Amino acid sequence: MYVATKGGEKAIGAAHAWLDEVRRGDPAQPELTTTQVEQQLGLAVDRVMAEGSCHDRGLAALAVKQSRGDLIEAAFLLRAYRTTLPRFGASLPLDTNAMAIQRRISATYKDLPGGQVLGPTFDYTHRLLDFRLAAEGGLPAGAPQGEPDPSPTPRVTELLAQDGLMQREAPEESEPGDLTRQPLSFPADRPLRLQALARGDEGFLLSLGYSTQRGYGGNHPFVGEIRMGEIAVEFVPEELGFAVDLGDITITECQMVNQFKGSRTEPPQFTRGYGLVFGHGERKAMSMALVDRALRSPELGEGSEAPAQQQEFVLSHCDNVEATGFVEHLKLPHYVDFQSELENVRTMRAAAMKERGE
Amino acid sequence: MSGATSLAGFADPVLDSQATFRAVLEAMSRPGRVQQVPVPPELPPGIEPAAAAVLLALADADTPIRLAAGPEAEAWIRFHTGARAAAVAEAAFVLDPAARLLDLAAGTEEEPERGATLILPVAALAEGSGWRLAGPGIQSTHRLSVQGAPSGFLADWAANRARFPRGVDVILCAGDRIAALPRSVAIQEG
Amino acid sequence: MSTDAGYNFAYLDESTKRMIRRALLKAVAIPGHQVPFGSREMPLPYGWGTGGIQVTAAVLGPRDVLKVIDQGSDDTTNAVSIRAFFRRTAGIATTERTAEATIIQTRHRIPERKLTEGQILVYQVPIPEPLARLEPRIAETRRLHAMADYGLMHVKLYEDIAKHGHIATSYSYPVMVNERYLMSPSPIPAFDNPKMHMMPALQLFGAGREKRIYAVPPYTHVRSLDFEDHPFRPIRAPHACELCGSRDTYLDEVLVDDKGGRIFVCSDTDHCQERQAMKEAAE
Repeated sequence: MYVATKGGEKAIGAAHAWLDEVRRGDPAQPELTTTQVEQQLGLAVDRVMAEGSCHDRGLAALAVKQSRGDLIEAAFLLRAYRTTLPRFGASLPLDTNAMAIQRRISATYKDLPGGQVLGPTFDYTHRLLDFRLAAEGGLPAGAPQGEPDPSPTPRVTELLAQDGLMQREAPEESEPGDLTRQPLSFPADRPLRLQALARGDEGFLLSLGYSTQRGYGGNHPFVGEIRMGEIAVEFVPEELGFAVDLGDITITECQMVNQFKGSRTEPPQFTRGYGLVFGHGERKAMSMALVDRALRSPELGEGSEAPAQQQEFVLSHCDNVEATGFVEHLKLPHYVDFQSELENVRTMRAAAMKERGE
Repeated sequence: MSGATSLAGFADPVLDSQATFRAVLEAMSRPGRVQQVPVPPELPPGIEPAAAAVLLALADADTPIRLAAGPEAEAWIRFHTGARAAAVAEAAFVLDPAARLLDLAAGTEEEPERGATLILPVAALAEGSGWRLAGPGIQSTHRLSVQGAPSGFLADWAANRARFPRGVDVILCAGDRIAALPRSVAIQEG
Repeated sequence: MSTDAGYNFAYLDESTKRMIRRALLKAVAIPGHQVPFGSREMPLPYGWGTGGIQVTAAVLGPRDVLKVIDQGSDDTTNAVSIRAFFRRTAGIATTERTAEATIIQTRHRIPERKLTEGQILVYQVPIPEPLARLEPRIAETRRLHAMADYGLMHVKLYEDIAKHGHIATSYSYPVMVNERYLMSPSPIPAFDNPKMHMMPALQLFGAGREKRIYAVPPYTHVRSLDFEDHPFRPIRAPHACELCGSRDTYLDEVLVDDKGGRIFVCSDTDHCQERQAMKEAAE
């Protein structure tokens, strides 16, 4: 005899206990510390901070550990924590000109003031598995130390703008909106679009950016500059009235340079696509810059047919915490709706069979 | 408008806000039914207990409000809610005897939820006689007796209802009692 | 009050609750209209009831008695999880009895027992926009609602009739609220639609991921869309409940072997148990 399913509470408890065990792995192995995650899986931590839109390396490392390395799950953990934090205000805009540069490359000039700085990059590594790492091969040889270069590193886009070749971004008069407090409505302005992209899924933005290169809304991008390094975050407390240094964070900025054919009101010039992410996240910053520029195409009179140019499509689907929740909710029981579909299909089949039989 | 106040707000901000909201929700869901709200223990002069409770429970820094309740009450509300002052036509909540229903923000056809809420102090509220209310929330008819509504209120209400879904919603306050008139309700004189 | 130190009563901070409460009041004042709200990231995944949870958290008080159902049952895993969330963060009483609850949060069903004036039904909504499958652009559907232009939906239903001889929508069946707004009843089976009409309880709808709240006040007209020659008809499996014998409730089909053996049982487990108890008492 069938008995209505019971024991959901017990089953959940048991599942969580099992999860804890699997997370820990073989107890004979030493437990991973969050410091190890933060230090040795730093790019995972960076990605979780970016998509979790919360800059805290320690918490992001904890999220990576807790989620067993599932980075979307980790971003979700960080977001759910972030949402409970009180807000004291907004920091001053970051001045990326003043960045303590670890990496800085431009594809548009052979050399430029401040120079090209490769920094810690995978770019020219040969992708051969390094079996020394599997063998716990001790400490790396260490990179040669140079003298710090005190010369300024002006942004490439600024150098172009001085010649009138780069469209200047008009400073925003109004306070930018906050998409974590107010629901997006369309059309969304650029600050809100950039906010959405900055916390958007790296893979989704990568594919969309890629699609623009393959002709779906193509706009001939050049990497004007990618820079990664440390930058000071400043805040003006109302009661003090002057800026206080909150500390340094690492960020990656990408400015893509794109041709613009000009319009009736504006002469031909270059326009920019902008990307900025927490930590070292070059792929994400570049993808973001490509998609940002694609989303500007309607205002630049370039059409909006390609997927990357359609802001409602892009902004409604770029958030991986939203996307994973809704895709994965299909795991939840749907048998009530399925039952009505069953009856529906049975009725339609019966009618169709009858018709065929007659 | 600055000014501190020495008077406290709700005795229990979390639970009194919740209880006030539930009373307003119930009032808005069943137009014409009279509800009671928890009253802040200390009130500045110039503001009715129920009107004070409604603002404490619902207004904050995100809601521009229009207040004409005297300097002490205004300072008190601003201190406890952080709501900024706005003109009648821009405010989300209006507590101003001089403001006419039709002067308030009514929202747009696409965003009718931007229509304002008018908090209207009256002399007395009672169920069972007076206006005949009909519409969503009402099985057949509710009667609501309102003492001291502004003159011309019913004519304004008819105009307010005619522009549905745009419109203004009203919370009538008397002492610690409230009744609500959502824009969807039809009122006939009793 | 809260049983989980460090979090506010019912998890949400007070300013978030106020924002949701304001949206709820406007939703009640404009029956069936979707009010955008600043949906927060909850500690449960989007699509798993974050909208319903936020609405419940904003409404809930210490004297409330909460019931949570999923597929009509109190013991489905997600219902268990949400109930535990509120027990943990609000310390409130919970129940599995429909009659005892003051707030019922639901996914996919309306209880069989007639709800009363003292109750609030909170629906979890995945896709609040009834036109979404016909027009995915929110900017466009918002315009259609403003003009009460629901031609798209009528054409879709008419095409169903032309193709299948009847309206082939069996759940999320669209309704007109107070003859003004087209509304998604959430993915409840069409069988439940008639219960929404003139319901004495207040009905609140929360869509967390899509950031929309809407409401049907008590005693409000809710009409399932249909045509004169093809009237709306609720679908249920034409069987009796194996456990309580009911012939007028919504049934789940349960496979009992791999040879086509199946039985039908009530989806509303509380209602079914009540009927079984009555049957036993009578015997």
